[in-house]
This record gives sequence, structure tokens and C-alpha cells, in this order.
Amino acid sequence: MTASGVLYIVVFFLTLLALTKPLGLYMANVFEGRRTFIHPAVRPLERLTYRALGVREDVEQRWTQYAASLLAFSLAGFLFVYLLQRLQGFLPLNPMGFGTKHAPANHTPMTPDLAFNTAVSFITNTNWQAYGGETTLSYLVQMAALTVQNFVSAAVGIAVAIALIRGFARKQMNTIGNFWVDLTRATLYVLLPLSFLFALFLCARGVPQTFKRYVRAKTLAGSSQTIAIGPVASQEAIKMLGTNGGGFFNQNSAHPYENPTPLTNFMEILAILVISSGLTYTFGKMVGDTRQGWALFAAMSVLFFAGAFICYGAEQAGNPNLARLGIETRATRTQPGGNMEGKEVRFGIASSALWATATTDASNGSVNSMLDSYTPLGGLIPMFNLQTDEVIFGGVGSGLYGILMYAIVGVFIAGLMVGRTPEYLGKKIEQKEVKMAMIAIIATAFAILVFTAVTLDARFAAHGYWNSPGPAVANVNNGGPHGFSEILYAFSSQAENNGSAFAGLNVNTPWYNLVGGLAMLIGRFFFIIPALAIAGSLAAKKKVPETSGTLPTHGTLFVGLLVGVIIVVGALTFFPALSLGPLVEYFLMLKGKLYSSLWLTTWS
Amino acid sequence: MVTPAANSSSTEDLTALIPRRMARARPLFDRELTQRAFKQSFVKLNPATLIKNPVMFVVEIGAALTSVYLVRDLFRGAPGVGFDFQISLWLWFTVLFANFAEAMAEARGKAQADTLRKTKTDSVAKRVTANGKLETVSASQLRAGDVVVSEADDIIPGDGEVIEGIATVDESVITGESAPVIRESGGDRSAVTGGTKVLSDRIKIRITSNPGETFLDRMIALVEGAQRQKTPNEIALNILIAGMTLIFLLAVVTLQPFAVFAVHAAGSGSVPSVAVLVSLLVCLIPTTIGGLLSAIGIAGMDRVMQHNVLAMSGKAVEASGDINTLLLDKTGTITLGNRQAVAFIPVREVSERELSEAAQLASLADETPEGRSIVVLAKEKFQLRGRDLSEMNASFIPFSAYTRMSGVDFDGRQLRKGATDVVIKFAAERGGTIPPELAETAERIARVGGTPLAVADGPRVLGIIHLKDIVKGGMKERLTQLRAMGIRSVMITGDNPLTAAAIAQEAGVDDFLAQATPKDKLEYIRKEQAGGRLVAMTGDGTNDAPALAQADVGVAMNTGTMAAKEAGNMVDLDSNPTKLIEVVAIGKQLLITRGALTTFSIMNDVSKYFAIIPAMFAATYPELNALNIMRLHSPESAVLAAVIFNALIIIALVPLALRGVKYKPQSAAAMLRRNLWIYGLGGLIAPFPCIWMIDRILGLLHLA
Repeated sequence: MTASGVLYIVVFFLTLLALTKPLGLYMANVFEGRRTFIHPAVRPLERLTYRALGVREDVEQRWTQYAASLLAFSLAGFLFVYLLQRLQGFLPLNPMGFGTKHAPANHTPMTPDLAFNTAVSFITNTNWQAYGGETTLSYLVQMAALTVQNFVSAAVGIAVAIALIRGFARKQMNTIGNFWVDLTRATLYVLLPLSFLFALFLCARGVPQTFKRYVRAKTLAGSSQTIAIGPVASQEAIKMLGTNGGGFFNQNSAHPYENPTPLTNFMEILAILVISSGLTYTFGKMVGDTRQGWALFAAMSVLFFAGAFICYGAEQAGNPNLARLGIETRATRTQPGGNMEGKEVRFGIASSALWATATTDASNGSVNSMLDSYTPLGGLIPMFNLQTDEVIFGGVGSGLYGILMYAIVGVFIAGLMVGRTPEYLGKKIEQKEVKMAMIAIIATAFAILVFTAVTLDARFAAHGYWNSPGPAVANVNNGGPHGFSEILYAFSSQAENNGSAFAGLNVNTPWYNLVGGLAMLIGRFFFIIPALAIAGSLAAKKKVPETSGTLPTHGTLFVGLLVGVIIVVGALTFFPALSLGPLVEYFLMLKGKLYSSLWLTTWS
Repeated sequence: MVTPAANSSSTEDLTALIPRRMARARPLFDRELTQRAFKQSFVKLNPATLIKNPVMFVVEIGAALTSVYLVRDLFRGAPGVGFDFQISLWLWFTVLFANFAEAMAEARGKAQADTLRKTKTDSVAKRVTANGKLETVSASQLRAGDVVVSEADDIIPGDGEVIEGIATVDESVITGESAPVIRESGGDRSAVTGGTKVLSDRIKIRITSNPGETFLDRMIALVEGAQRQKTPNEIALNILIAGMTLIFLLAVVTLQPFAVFAVHAAGSGSVPSVAVLVSLLVCLIPTTIGGLLSAIGIAGMDRVMQHNVLAMSGKAVEASGDINTLLLDKTGTITLGNRQAVAFIPVREVSERELSEAAQLASLADETPEGRSIVVLAKEKFQLRGRDLSEMNASFIPFSAYTRMSGVDFDGRQLRKGATDVVIKFAAERGGTIPPELAETAERIARVGGTPLAVADGPRVLGIIHLKDIVKGGMKERLTQLRAMGIRSVMITGDNPLTAAAIAQEAGVDDFLAQATPKDKLEYIRKEQAGGRLVAMTGDGTNDAPALAQADVGVAMNTGTMAAKEAGNMVDLDSNPTKLIEVVAIGKQLLITRGALTTFSIMNDVSKYFAIIPAMFAATYPELNALNIMRLHSPESAVLAAVIFNALIIIALVPLALRGVKYKPQSAAAMLRRNLWIYGLGGLIAPFPCIWMIDRILGLLHLA
């Protein structure tokens, strides 16, 4: 690791820390219905939204009604995105003619399975992209379908987190808030203003924002090249802030039009985590004890630093086999050293490793480097971040309710060890809470492990409908344990609603689109519904006053416990799988053996 | 039944029937109990009953599965049968060990129940017929509402209430206490229990329960665990470990296709056999806590029983660990119950010695505890010996409610002690002048919760004796411990608020309820509960019944009325109100034991991965041997060692499950830190050397 690399990560963290309280306080004000400085501008818009939707903002919902509203909203969003994609050829704002016979030669056809996968992907805040945006989608789809979902799917996550916070904060109440109000406020007061500012910033740094056709340019070598452009800045802003991650371009944030400068790079990583980090403060504020929020922040920070430095360390160390061949892998004045394969020279190792860590700490999934080319340990970190349910700051909202699930499990086991019925923030953790937290944790583990296993075993005939390359494993570019890592990563990413890809895997086939879609649905809704059920159950409970017999949940002991539970549960669940993927890759690398040999033998 | 306890010493024969003694006398692994439990562990293999314990059920299925494959391979003559045989064997042992733990816990209760049942021989009842005559019927024919007569040496035929007469009763069957107790009609001592024995006199009893529903029946059912229902925390923990089991089931089942891919990718090795996959699964799922969970619960109830408290449900024991507020009666719990002299405060111009002497003389014939304490105090302070009064030709004036004074007349002196106002009046009538500071001193003593007794020698008022409620030794420390555990203690007293406040401060209780009526108690409990707190209290009278029923943990004294016993969820057979504190500790210990073993069980898994994963893929990815940090000598040995460790740890932890983990009152944070170190870190590290050692032994014995 280099001093400047370490400094980059530390400065990043300090900036995040500085923004946590002001943003968190602001969000607490918004969701508790207090007046904020942007009320004059936004409040009329908010009222108008309620009038249009027929929502009474003073009527609260039970958790079941809240969940039903959320599901109905998500279903409507799914149908809208699906139809818009399928009908893009008949709709305006389509200068490149996608979905018509004028489409560019290299376009990807919008098949029903791809439209299904993409629609699910965007309503679940996953932004898994089995397509390349610039070769598949019209501007209308990008903006009205995808960018809108980028906003509202993020707002749904925030709404669930707020509802769960209310569960802790309230006592003996039946209701946990109003879904439509939380959704509207999250969108209008949090996501829109921040995205607006961030989009302006990006435009100022050179990110395009236009409805014009792609540009044809003459290259220096004299040949002609098509340069894709479009309304990029607006989508880029919410892509980062809403932890969506779905790029306008296939190259995602490695593309100079999405991420033109080192400054935009820094700010974009910051945008991934800033709202989630702020929500920890919102949590503390709303439950009436900011130390509780900082404890969650601290647990997240410990995991963040561990992940960032392991990943960065592994990447900067590079491949020892190259060093053994006499190739300089240390950083020098003119060379970054380490493992630069798959990384943008504009960004270098530290900011790529930080991005890879942050994007999987959260459910973002955008990338500025290709994870497939990371060293085994460097790639292990993003994968493990996914498998521990993305609770290191995490997706907007989802990170908070995710870590609260782990807190519930941790408090339950540890709480017994102080000789009382376990309590968290004065709420007894009993059957229902334990059951729901376990359902959430099991559901995502199920989606990752079972879908990976089934895919490994799915033997289709070549050129068939389900998977034209043949058996599902034939879609990987690499053999050996690395091929396994690619499939495991794909399902981890989808089940955890991340959307980043290890790449190296052709996923636009009906099989992968369908199974991946299911993984995303399970990972999203089998986590949200238990979280809301817990919110409902907690809100109805009395608050047990804190005494010296109460397990303190704001000190280092609790932070350590929470970190331990997250790592242990994740490690115990995925150790066998990881040992056949990144871990064995690592040991093979140390022995100087190939771990991503080309797929030579045919699967029978 | 002759119990081993009775065999051990002939003097114990008489008390062998007493449950408490039995429970205490039995060592943890009593031979007879162990044999009984041994048999039961095979009976419990029945899948229909085992399915209630999902973790062990999965182990049994795994054991059955490997056994089937073993038989198949035996017929086929496949290689590696010896290994598969050992794995199957140890998997069956795992189930048996868990069954044994549960059976062991149950056996202790069953043995006690048997003893109780023996006392429930069908006694004969003398029922009063409609026309007032007596008829002899079997006790089992009695119904609630019948009236019976019991005389000396009769066994009382059923639970009831004395409606006429007074008698001494031997209740040792229930309480283990051999001293007889008085039972009389009316008041709070009217309840009698079936199976106890009348020692003297004759009482008429109205039967209050039908056969099969008596206190003794309930007690038998409780100690036998027949009515044992899972407690809320136990159910929640069961969900957690069932969830963990499901996660590990997913991890292991999917490992098979992963392994197929790996073998194909590496081009070497073979996919792990069913025996190895089942071994991994069994090692990972929380068998330690799964196997010991019910034993911990039963043993917790048993420990309460050993303190001679009868808990009506496990839920009550568990709830006592959650108590936030403890209502304690002042008299008998916080204070000794009698006031004692602590100081002599003379008026001006009188020496303390003179006052002490007069006070002692005035009290020599006073046999009340207060009077005795005055004599003792004078002796301690000035070595004044009680004089032989017969020489002094003294005449004693006993205390009466009318005069509110007592004393002695001799040699023309009239020594009196008593309530300040009457003593002043006594002196004034004899022409004495009253020292002005007297009233002030008396008031000061009253203000600090004491009782002032004035002493006069004829017309001269000498001073005041300070009588005080004495707080029991060690009470303050116990209450401090309670506070450290986050439990607020509240003193209930009939005293006036001034006195109550002073004693409350001295004893170190957090709050007090003065001049408390039963209604006040009930309201106090409701108020606490509305604030989310759980309340425990003790009580004995019928008027305590509503509060006992309202409290989350209500401990009724066995000497109390039936109504109180019905209302509470525990009965203290020793009728010792201080015991509530022990019950709280047992409740906490129960929860801590569960949490500690769960943590231990989960942390154990780390070592098992390090043992089994490299072994599984030894031929496919030999590089994974880097994870074999224990340097286990062969793949077979590694798997076997992990399975054996997993089975043996259950047996090794049975004593801990039955006794409960060490518990010491301290703050939650300190307790958690300590337990995390011991069971968390211990659970992580301990298996490594153990598995390594088992691996060496297997090697030495050429078993793998």
C-alpha cells in the first residue's frame, strides 16, 4: 500500500463522517414531519402529490397495510418498466431507433426475458444489467422507466428503514407510518434535491446531458467512430445517490462520460455511501439516543476499513508470480505497481479498490474497474460484502434495516448471556423478531446458494431456448475455480440487490434472466417484508426502561458484538462456497498455478 | 422405593421421603438416575418424539442416512467401509448423548415425583354427612365442598380450609420442614394441604379441590415435568437454532454440486461421499445447544425446586430473570422483625450509666424481644449484670395496652419505661419537672425511624432509650447487588412514611411504600408495569392475592392462605420472603446458560470448517491444505475427529447444563464481557486442541 493510497481512503472516510450528522439530522426532520429549509420549494409539490394520489398524509398504516402498499407500488412499477421496454420502438425519444428496424447493427434485442430481468432489477434497486444501455434502450426507457425507478426504488428502501426505526421509537402503537408519505418525502426532500445538485456538479465536470443522437467522430487514425451520449448526468447522479448502480453506458463508471475526472470519482464514491451513513444518525435521532446511531456507524466503519484495506492491500500487492518473473510490482514514481489489470489508468489502484469496496458495502453495484480481474483476495472482499447482506452503510435504507436484522440476532444471543429476555432499545426481542430476522437472513442465503447450485447443474441442450450456449456453466469465460467465482458472484450480486458483475459471464439468456430475476425478488421482498413485520411487532410493544441490567447497545462491546455476528454468520454460511472460489484461487496463486484457465474441456 | 440417599445413612431414613433433602442429597450423576437416563436415551430415539427437537432430528436423519449407505456398501464390498462405520456410529452417539442429557434432567424430577407419589397413599376420610354424622369414605371420593373431620394422627385427606378448631400439623411432606405448624379456622392460617398429618387436636375442614387437582397432584406433575411447556425465550431460541440448521443445510446441500464443478474443473479428486457431507452438516448445526436446550430448562426448574420453591411454570422462572422491580415486605425480609435498643440518651445532669442501670432494672422481667435487647445493651455498654431480683423484693409492673408502660417497684423506687407521653405524665403526677430537651430527643429518634422509650425513676425523668428496627445483616449488600443487576427494590411497610423513609435509607432500598394497604400494593404494581417494568413480590394473606396475581412473579408463602397460593405463580415451601432474590438469580442463570451454550456452539463451527473443508477437497484442491492449520494427519481422520469432538462436547457440557453457568451479580455490560470471553472466545479456540488430540488418538489406534 502506498501512503497516498492510504490517505485517499482515510480522507474519504473523514469526509463521509463529516456529512453523516448534518444529513442525518435533516432526514430525521423530514421524516418526523418538521419544517426544513427547503419546505417553501418542496412542500407545495408534496401536497400536490398527495392530492393526485388521493393520499391523506395524516392517516397511518399498520405494518400489513404498509407492506401491501409497498408491494402494490412495486408491482405497478414492474409492469410499467416491462411494458415501456417492450414497446420502446413505438414510443418517442428514441433517436437511435431501438426496437425498430432502424436500430444500430450491434443492438441487443429487448426480449421478454430480458425485459423481465431488467424490470425486476430496477424495481428492486438492484440495477443488474444483462444488457448494454447504449446498445439496447431508448432515451425514454432510460429516463421514464429506469431513472424513475432509480428514484422510487431507493425511496422505498428509505421508507422501510424509517418504518423500522419508528418500530423501535414508538410504544404500544399499531401503526408504523404511511408508506405513500414516506415514499413521497424520501423522493422529494432527500433524493431529488441531492440528485439535482449532484447532476449539476457532474455537468460542470463534463458529463453530458442531452437528447441528441450519438456523435459520429473521426479518430486521429482517420477512421470513424460512434460516440454514445445522452441524458447521462441526471441518471448518473441518482445512480450513485440511490445506490442503484445501473450505468447509462455498459462501461459504467469506468466510462469517461459517466466519471470524467478524479474529483468526480471521489464524489461519486462518496455519493454511494452518504445517505446510508446519514441514516445511522437519523436512526439515533429518531429513537431518541444518538449514541445508538453512532454505534451502528462505528460497526459499519470497522467493517468498511477492514474491507477497504484488505482489498486495496491485495490489489496493490499484485500477483507474486509476476514479481517472481522479475516484473516490477511495487509502486514507483512512474508506475502504480500492483494489479492494474481491469483498472482505469485515470483512477489507479486505491480509488478502484475503494470503489469496489464501497459499491458492495452498499447495494450500489456501479464499478469503475473490472472486478473479474482483481486478485483472489481483492475479489473476495466485494463478494463477501455482498454475502453479508450489504450492511456496511449499505443500500439507502436497506443497509440500515439490514444491519438492524443482524443487531436483533446479535442482541438475542448476547442478551441471553446477561440473564434477561434480550432487549434492544427497550424493546424485547422475542419469537416474532427472531423468526423474521432469520427468514430475511436465510432467504438471501437460499437465493445465492441454491440458484448457484442449480445453475451449475443446469444442463441445457446447445442452441435451445433456455440457454443457447448449452449447459449454464458454458456461459462463463473462465474455467477452474474462477469460473465458479463468476457464477457465485452473479447470484450473490442479484440476490443482494447489488447489481455489480464479476463479469466474465454471459448472462443475457432466458435461464440467467429468469433465475436472476427470481433471486432479486427474493432478496428484496423476503428482506423487506420481515423488516416491516418486525417494525409492526416492535411498535406494539412496551418500552422497557434502561437499567444497569440492560445490555448497553452503544458501547464498544456492542460494536464488537455486532461486527462479530455479521462476520461469523456470513463466514459460516459461505465458507464452503468461498473455499471453492476465491480462497482456493488464492492458494493456487501462491503455488504459482492457474486458477482461471480457459474452459477447454466440454461439460457433459 | 429405597433411595440411595436413604441407604447412605440410617439417620437419613426418616427424611428420605422429603423432596428437598432428596434433591440436595443427590450427586449430579447419581447411579440410579444415570441408569434410568441411559435407558431413556434409547427410548427417545423414536423419531415421532425427536421431531420436536429439529436439530437432533436432523442428526438422526443423517445418522440413518449414513447407516443405509453403510449397509449398501457392506453388501457391495465397497472400500472405506470402516470409516463410514465409525462415522455412523458417532452420529448415533451424538443423538444418544443429547437424549441422555435431557433424560438425565428429567430423571431427577421423576425421582422426586415418585417419592411424593408414595405419600399419596389413598387415605381414609371422615366425612360429615348432611345430618351431621360422620361417615368413612376413601379420600379419592371427596369432592370440593365436602366437610371432613381430622384428628390427631390422621392424614388430611385433601386440600381444604379449616372451618372449625385449631390443630398442629406436620407438613414435612410438602415443605421438608419437620417442625409442626398451627392451623386454625379463620385468618391467614386456615389452609391445609392433603397428605399432611394432624399431630394434635381436632379440626373440621371444608375440602376445596377435587381428586387429581390437589396441591400434591400439581406438585407431582410439576416436578415430573409432565406439564412442561416451552418458555417464550426457549421457543425464540429454538427458532434461532432451527434457522441456523436450515442455513447450514443449505450450505452443505449446495456444496455437493459445487464440488461436482470443482472436481470437473480441477480434473482430479472425487465428490465428497454422503457420509462426509452428513458429517460436515452435523458438525455445523448447533448440536451442542440443540442437544442441551431442554435439559437446561428442566434443570432450571429443578434448581428452583432445590431451593424449596415450587414454580407453577417454567415461564415464571424465566420471568424472574427479567424482573425490574422487587417488592419486599419490611418485616421479616428487610428487618429482623423486632425492634432493638441501640442507645441510651440521658437528659442533662443524668449520666448514661445511671440511665442504663434504670432501664435494665425496669426491663429485667420484660420477656419481650425489646425488653431483652435493653438488658443486653446495658450489659454490653457498662458491663451491668442482670441482678438477682428475688433478693431485691421487687414487684413488677407488666406492660398493658392501657398504661403503655412497664417497670419495677423496689426499695421505694418506682422505675418505669414506656411511651414518652405516658412516662412524662407519670413523672409529673409525682411532682417531677420535665427536662425541656426530652421531647426534642424523642422527636429526633422518631424522625430517623426509631421508637423512643422514656425512662423515669419516680418523679425524675432520666432519659430515653432508642429502639430501632434492625436491618438484617448483609441486606444492604444484597440490595446493592440487585441494583448492579438493574433491579429496583421497593420496601412495603405498614409504618408511617417518616419511619419507613429512615429504614429505607438504612437498608438501601430504592423506594418504599409506607402505610401500604393491599390496594396500594396492587396500584404500585400496575404503575410499574405500565412503565414497562416486570414486578416480583411475595405475599401470604388472602388480601395479597390480587397483587400476587397482578405481579409478573408472585411468590406465595406456604404458610399463607389457599387464595394466595392460587394467585401466585410460585409457592415458597419454606415461607422465607428473602428467597425471591435467589429465584431471580436462578432465572437469570437459566437464560445465561442458554445464551452461553448457543454462543459456544456457534463459535465451535469455525474449527470444524478448518478440519473438514481441506479434508473434503484434499484430492481435488490439495492447495486447500493450507487451511488445515491443525495439521490433521489424514482426511478421514480429520472428518472423524471433528464428528467425535462434536459428539463428546455434548456429554462434556451436561454438568454445565444441569448446574447452570457460574453466575455472579454484576452489571449487564460486565457480565456480557465475561461470558463473551469465556464462551465466545473459548468456543472459538477450545475445539482446535481437542480435535487435534482426537486426531492423534485415532492415528495411534489406527482407526483412521
